[in-house]
Amino acid sequence: MEMPIPDPDVLARKARVVSRLREVLPADAVIDDPAETRAYECDALTAYRCPPMVAVLPSTTAEVSEVLAICHAEGVPVVPRGSGTSLAGGALPTADCVILGVARMNDVLETDYDNRFVRVQTGRTNLSVTGAVESDGFFYAPDPSSQLACAIAGNIAMNSGGAHCLKYGVTTNNLMGVTLVQMDGTVVEIGGAHLDSGGLDLLGVICGSEGQLGVVTEATLRILHKPEGARPVLMGFDSAEIAGACVADIIKAGVLPVAIEFMDKMLIEVCEDFAKADYPMCEALLIVEVEGSEAEINDQLALITEIAKRHNPVALRESASAEESQRIWAGRKAAFSAIGRVSDYMCLDGTIPVSELPYVLRRIGEMSKEYGLPVGNVFHAGDGNMHPLICYDANKPGDLEICEEFGAEVLKLCVEVGGCLTGEHGVGIEKRDLMTYQYAPSDLEAQMAIKDVFDAKWLLNPAKVFPLSVSETRRKTAIAAE
Amino acid sequence: MNTESEVAEAVKAAKGPLIIKGGGTRSVGRPAQGDLLDVSGLSGVTLYEPGALTLVAKAGTPVAEIEAKLAEENQRLAFEPYDLTGLLGTSGATTIGGVIATNASGPRRIQAGAARDFALGVRFVDGAGNVVKNGGRVMKNVTGYDLVKLMSGSWGTLGVLTEVSLKVLPAVEASTTLVIADLAPAQAIAAMSAALGSPYEVSGAAWIDGAVWLRLEGFANSVDYRADALSTLLASHGEIVRSDNCDWTRVRDAVPLHDCAHVWRISVKPGDGPAVIAALPDGSHSMMDWGGGLIWAGRDAADASLHAQIQSTVAGLGGHATLIKAPETLRASVSVFQPESTGVASLSAALRARFDPRGILNAGLMAA
Repeated sequence: MEMPIPDPDVLARKARVVSRLREVLPADAVIDDPAETRAYECDALTAYRCPPMVAVLPSTTAEVSEVLAICHAEGVPVVPRGSGTSLAGGALPTADCVILGVARMNDVLETDYDNRFVRVQTGRTNLSVTGAVESDGFFYAPDPSSQLACAIAGNIAMNSGGAHCLKYGVTTNNLMGVTLVQMDGTVVEIGGAHLDSGGLDLLGVICGSEGQLGVVTEATLRILHKPEGARPVLMGFDSAEIAGACVADIIKAGVLPVAIEFMDKMLIEVCEDFAKADYPMCEALLIVEVEGSEAEINDQLALITEIAKRHNPVALRESASAEESQRIWAGRKAAFSAIGRVSDYMCLDGTIPVSELPYVLRRIGEMSKEYGLPVGNVFHAGDGNMHPLICYDANKPGDLEICEEFGAEVLKLCVEVGGCLTGEHGVGIEKRDLMTYQYAPSDLEAQMAIKDVFDAKWLLNPAKVFPLSVSETRRKTAIAAE
Repeated sequence: MNTESEVAEAVKAAKGPLIIKGGGTRSVGRPAQGDLLDVSGLSGVTLYEPGALTLVAKAGTPVAEIEAKLAEENQRLAFEPYDLTGLLGTSGATTIGGVIATNASGPRRIQAGAARDFALGVRFVDGAGNVVKNGGRVMKNVTGYDLVKLMSGSWGTLGVLTEVSLKVLPAVEASTTLVIADLAPAQAIAAMSAALGSPYEVSGAAWIDGAVWLRLEGFANSVDYRADALSTLLASHGEIVRSDNCDWTRVRDAVPLHDCAHVWRISVKPGDGPAVIAALPDGSHSMMDWGGGLIWAGRDAADASLHAQIQSTVAGLGGHATLIKAPETLRASVSVFQPESTGVASLSAALRARFDPRGILNAGLMAA
């Protein structure tokens, strides 16, 4: 992976930058010992690593503001970091950067059930937002598989989704306001506990901007009352095509399950091994979950199983208990770590129109043979967000490169059939050089114009999102202009 | 003008400001000067996949045409776009481009989301005449920055929409409304908050003509079940009458305020709704939607100082007030949209300067 050449002038000023940071932060919040900065050398995309120059762990918005103002004045790149769970390399450092970790900012600032929102510091983990309100019957809906570890800051940066977004939407649909610290240290409040913007929707463009427009330190999140109950049903089919047809029929019938998840045989086996959820062994498994009261669940499941039966399922089983439902979901959400136990893998995240599922799965199978690397598939079938997991051997020279090439071909295929490169993981460094397949130069220019407005010196999270071929010249021009 | 490239040419060739016109139903904002750029000819649904819940249409396509097409497949636009023709006394057909450009969402916004949440992709022509696309036609897409949201609610000041792609949802089998009559605003908020904080999936919560309306939708058995459960939950708030005849377009289109010469559309957190209403001078009319978070306020007589006072009240609470209806003379002399904080205003101005460097697209409509 090509990364920009570290700025020797910045590296030469390391001692000065560190001492200025120490003036505004407690001693233990500035980490410059190379043995310790190594802890920040990568995120969950572990194939790429680079220790940062310095890492800082501020505890307040005011500290974040002071850190950014110093880095702005010194011309030091800043890479914001939530919990480091990005699968796209969204928090990969550069050698001349300051990593700004928000992990110490994890307080709940305000909980308002009458108005159905919670305001938190963004270092708080996704699951612990729900944890703070669930004893009163509420929850925060977006549920990325890494929800135990991932931070709200990262969720906002990547506009994270999850298994249940078919009904509840992704982060941007549940985010009401942010406190944004701009690169020059300016603090801006955007949105709040009210709905929608009275002017331009800045909140909408900040969400999903991959930490390149500012650092979000506080967030107002919509919370909802938990449904009375929920129950998944497992459906096994002889082929992905049949499962895909079943999904389309369910949606067309007017039922909107909260989740429709797909796993192929390879994933069923590794997830079963991991979670002991008693998944049926078959070519294609759907987990379909519905919510409501006991009677409502029964009604919806009756309709759904009737549709499924028309597609000759080889297995059809409703969860019989809360404990079983928990295991069914634990297996699905552990899919990435389960496959990680048996092989190195690269996880893709393209989204395609649901109607193209059978064709794309068939093509991926063919490519798997061409490239000689096995692929497992697990994904959100209701919204076409695929997660092909390409297995490779990190210790075998050349295998990673073959895997990258294979992955790129799959993502191009997603774009070709009317989809996109990434549905919920973000572009990061992983997909940045493929952006030209999805967007024309004028499309990228419009996006980079936004970057110019928010971060004129192009210091925030460098080398992500945009192809280096288009962004590096712009970044150098911005630096030279100062 | 019938094609995107014609729009691009027209913007490129423009010698002065342009006023973007779709259906011509929204005489809102500071009156703009300039040549008319009529995009109503860019019309038609170009793709509809019911099984994928997606529809793509050219920006000038009438909403009515889209809704009719969706109804054939038993689907709908879940965000319930409002129609301003009755309120503003305009004629013409509301277009999908106008709906997205103004982020026009109705009562179901509190449950399903806003217009901006259902916009999956856009194509537009920026102020320099460049054609730009963003997003796409799939339901989950985080590829690059989200200009779809930025364009939603930009009222044509960043670009001229030429095509939008939308997420659609299944229509429902049954719908019913629980009505609690004769409630003061604070009592109404209490009832609506209790309902919206329940697990019964209320898809509309409004205070209209002094009564609270709570809408439940879905499969018939489920609606019946939730209507009973919610009635029990809310028993202490007043006598609850179930009605299958409540016309929610009255809420959506602010029908009770149609005769007012001046109307504000105000968004605050729901609990602040009564404070906004209490601050209105005598002789004002008001109704609430979004569980109290959206207040429609109307008056026959109003002036710049009352408008400033309303916006100042709302600024103090956190939120925004738009003078959605007023004579041109008043709209020309005030900040029709809520004045923004310095930080937000400077970012917004800088974005407009980048997307429309000559300042020719609906110039001054949102901010002078």
